[in-house]
Amino acid sequence: MNLHEYQARTLLKAAGIPMFDGDVASTPTEAEAIARRLGGQVVIKAQVHAGGRGKAGGVKLARNAGEALDHASQILGMQIKGLTVHKVLVVPAADIATESYLGLIMDRETQQPVFMVSSAGGVDIEEVAAKTPEKIVRLPVDPTYGLLPHQALTLGFALYRDFNQVKAAARIMEQLYAVFTGNGCSLAEINPLVTTPSVQVLALDAKIVIDDNELFWRPDLGLLRDESAEEPSEAAARRANLSFIKLEGNVGCVVNGAGLAMATMDLVKYYGGEPANFLDIGGSSSPEKVISALKIITADPRVKAILFNIFGGITRTDDVANGIVAATRQFRVNVPIVIRLTGTNEAEAIRILEGVGMPALSDMDEAVQRVVQLARKAA
Amino acid sequence: MSIFVDRRTRLVVQGITGREGAFHARQMLEYGTAVVAGVTPGKGGQRFENKVPVFNTVADAVHETRANCSVIYVPPMAAAGAIFEAVDAGIPLVVCITEGIPVMHMSRVMPYVRAHATRLIGPNCPGLITPGESKVGIIPGNICMPGRVGLVSRSGTLTYEVVHQLTRNGIGQSTCVGIGGDPIIGTDFIDCLRAFQEDDATDAIVMIGEIGGTDEQRAAEFVKEHVSKPVVGFIAGQTAPKGRRMGHAGAIISGSSGTAEEKLAAFKQAGIDIMRRPADVVGLLGKRLGALSRR
Repeated sequence: MNLHEYQARTLLKAAGIPMFDGDVASTPTEAEAIARRLGGQVVIKAQVHAGGRGKAGGVKLARNAGEALDHASQILGMQIKGLTVHKVLVVPAADIATESYLGLIMDRETQQPVFMVSSAGGVDIEEVAAKTPEKIVRLPVDPTYGLLPHQALTLGFALYRDFNQVKAAARIMEQLYAVFTGNGCSLAEINPLVTTPSVQVLALDAKIVIDDNELFWRPDLGLLRDESAEEPSEAAARRANLSFIKLEGNVGCVVNGAGLAMATMDLVKYYGGEPANFLDIGGSSSPEKVISALKIITADPRVKAILFNIFGGITRTDDVANGIVAATRQFRVNVPIVIRLTGTNEAEAIRILEGVGMPALSDMDEAVQRVVQLARKAA
Repeated sequence: MSIFVDRRTRLVVQGITGREGAFHARQMLEYGTAVVAGVTPGKGGQRFENKVPVFNTVADAVHETRANCSVIYVPPMAAAGAIFEAVDAGIPLVVCITEGIPVMHMSRVMPYVRAHATRLIGPNCPGLITPGESKVGIIPGNICMPGRVGLVSRSGTLTYEVVHQLTRNGIGQSTCVGIGGDPIIGTDFIDCLRAFQEDDATDAIVMIGEIGGTDEQRAAEFVKEHVSKPVVGFIAGQTAPKGRRMGHAGAIISGSSGTAEEKLAAFKQAGIDIMRRPADVVGLLGKRLGALSRR
């Protein structure tokens, strides 16, 4: 789960990491009031779950409260990578001496949290990493012991010469590590970490991603979820315990298992079609899940045909068949449905579907070819 | 021969009285796996299906039954604890099926697993099967067939799809291993490739990957250097959207975006035959195995 910058700031602040004052606004007048309170120049920043905000025009400098109002009215409601901006963060425009990068990620390869710091921070950090990897200092942390004092200092020395700044940075490393482990993060990033002419070390921008598996036992973190920042159909799917991503094509896909779901989308493309979505109904698929899935997919007017591809292992194919039948009784499905199912309780599933005149196929390639054809005919 | 599990596998099921654990323990018993014990704290002394003794701890189960493999079906919040317990009891092979374990928990589990020379498979995986001998996990036994092709996969149902294609076309399997799709897992592609390369009962290997991470690229590197047997590979997610990525750390640490194109290029470079769709596995393997038998 991605957090907004203003939410990440709250967690960092609670851990004691020094930051400029600032606040979040949902309307231009709120933004104006915050700017007036802060005084001087401010930066208006779009709060949206996408990278490259600045380059998309979602970050603007305002010289006074009046300009803050103007910029906020432009940014609020704008689209960045398909997502609508509903909130802006208003912070003082900082007088910056240096910009560093500070990232902490759960690394797949070393299987530990790994710090990455660089004195060449800012928006082009990925280019720095690609072209001059020696400018990035990496340090894995054994979670059994946590970040040790000398490790924190080493990271501080990698960024600064002035020992007061080194100590301040080391303290921030420890605080960021505490935020990371205390909130089940898979990513915590400060970019840039800045120094001001008065030699203070401050966090200017922060990004936090929380491991979805933590939310089950950390309902407090779940409250940070901003559904208005999500694609509505994706939010609806999550509430129904479905894993769903909306795409641009016209072939709706309902599949069990993420790998098979991706392979099904690939096969749709292979046979000349375009998938309308990724949808994994999961392992233990009750008829209710199938009903929710069909509702979400048929709500997209671009969908011209729907494919079910179910390989029954834990999933009982008769459950899926019952779900399809129940769904078509509850509401009209106006596009053709192609069903492929094989595995656990397959004979029963086929009997259920044939009872309502819906034939089922057993071969994946045959089913995909048919649904692509039907979608093309209807388009 | 085969890899990791066979007729000598003596299995203890952690969470045997739970809904999932009980269902799959029954399936494993039906398949012929030697399920010698179950563990549910507080239910020691009971018998599962009037047959399998249930113990309070894994250590008790090992002491009484000489179990040498454990499979874990306990809920996500207790699963890391269950892995620690199995390792502590000296079990050499631990298979964790549980989905939804926080990655932070796994980062604490892995150093412990390594320090004890235990092999962990998973978590969030379908387990493994040596057809006709032993099934540990949830792979449907009826789609498998004994034979000489080894299969390793990050996916669940996609594995079943490919195994099904093989069996339907008369190509049997030595062992099928689902390593799981979580960011932190125990046994990886390279461990399985190495084991299949050394296994006399395996003639060819099928490798099924997904987008994300760099495991497949590193595995391809390993194939190039150390695997002489034919390898056929698939990457799911070629049409997956790029996503709205947050932050830079992911790209910096791996130096890669984990796309299908990158992985397929690595496969090609390593001489791995690429399946464009799951059904291609039959033709590609047929060609390579045919060439082998003519040699």
